Amino acid sequence: MKRTLSYLFIGIFFGIVMFKSEAASWFRIYEMFNFQSFHMYGIIGSALVIGIIGIQLIKRNNVKSFYGEPIKFSPKDRGVSRYLYGGIIFGLGWALAGACPGPIYTLIGAGYLPIIVVLIGSLLGTFLYGLLRKKLPH
Amino acid sequence: MEWIFEPWPWYVAGPLIALIMFLLIFIGKQFGMSSNLRTMCTMCGADKKADFFAFNWKDQRWNLMVVVGAAIGGFIGAHFLSNDVSVAINPDTITKLQSLGIESAGKAYLPTELFGLGALTDIKSLAILLIGGLLIGFGARYAGGCTSGHAISGLSNLQLPSLIAVIGFFAGGLFMIHVLFPLIF
Repeated sequence: MKRTLSYLFIGIFFGIVMFKSEAASWFRIYEMFNFQSFHMYGIIGSALVIGIIGIQLIKRNNVKSFYGEPIKFSPKDRGVSRYLYGGIIFGLGWALAGACPGPIYTLIGAGYLPIIVVLIGSLLGTFLYGLLRKKLPH
Repeated sequence: MEWIFEPWPWYVAGPLIALIMFLLIFIGKQFGMSSNLRTMCTMCGADKKADFFAFNWKDQRWNLMVVVGAAIGGFIGAHFLSNDVSVAINPDTITKLQSLGIESAGKAYLPTELFGLGALTDIKSLAILLIGGLLIGFGARYAGGCTSGHAISGLSNLQLPSLIAVIGFFAGGLFMIHVLFPLIF
């Protein structure tokens, strides 16, 4: 129960950050792909710099989790096709709907009802991938 | 404390996103939002149609709590932590969007042409939202992650596959906005 609540609070924190930083705004995504503002690059870039340094520190010092367990980082499977083709398809959708999967939920909470259509579409897209997976190059 | 009601700058938001990733890492989980879509498909019975969905979705309940939280956070951010939600994008971007017929640029959080209630009865807007969603869901699962899983978590862990995926995200996004938008809007 305590763990469940901690996930809920992390999610609430994430949702507030997504909304207040305007990373959940369609306009910011459009502006980013037009290279007309540093805002989105600053968000992703600063998160990344801190992330890279932090993960290196965890690995080098064998830092343990809150529960005293070793922290494991699982490497992504090798390959090019699935990441490139999947990435391009995702990018097309990200730019068109102006939302990535996290902000979809944030925008539902913020009360923009048509975003539910994007959620339904993304569930159908996920289902379609599951059906076609064996026929696709990976 | 007045700043909290203003839009948060990138140098506040970026470090907070890193903090969220580290909180999840220290609980023994990973930061990744799109895998919840697969979990929801399984909960709806998709495991009967494709073995990709045959897994114990209850192991992913923690991540479902994160997205429930993300929705609550959106509600709090929009209703209690904002005076004015209009997004002050670059004036050149506003001009560009107005030339595409998106008049709400600079005056709203999301384009009312796509996300106002009127969009629910407009075939073109519905098609844009549905197709956008389809591409997001299909692409994220094909690539094995989205912005949080690849651009933040994967790149932070210096994963080459994540770099390839992020290059793909940008190639797709640039093609959509510079080549397809003039045809769509």
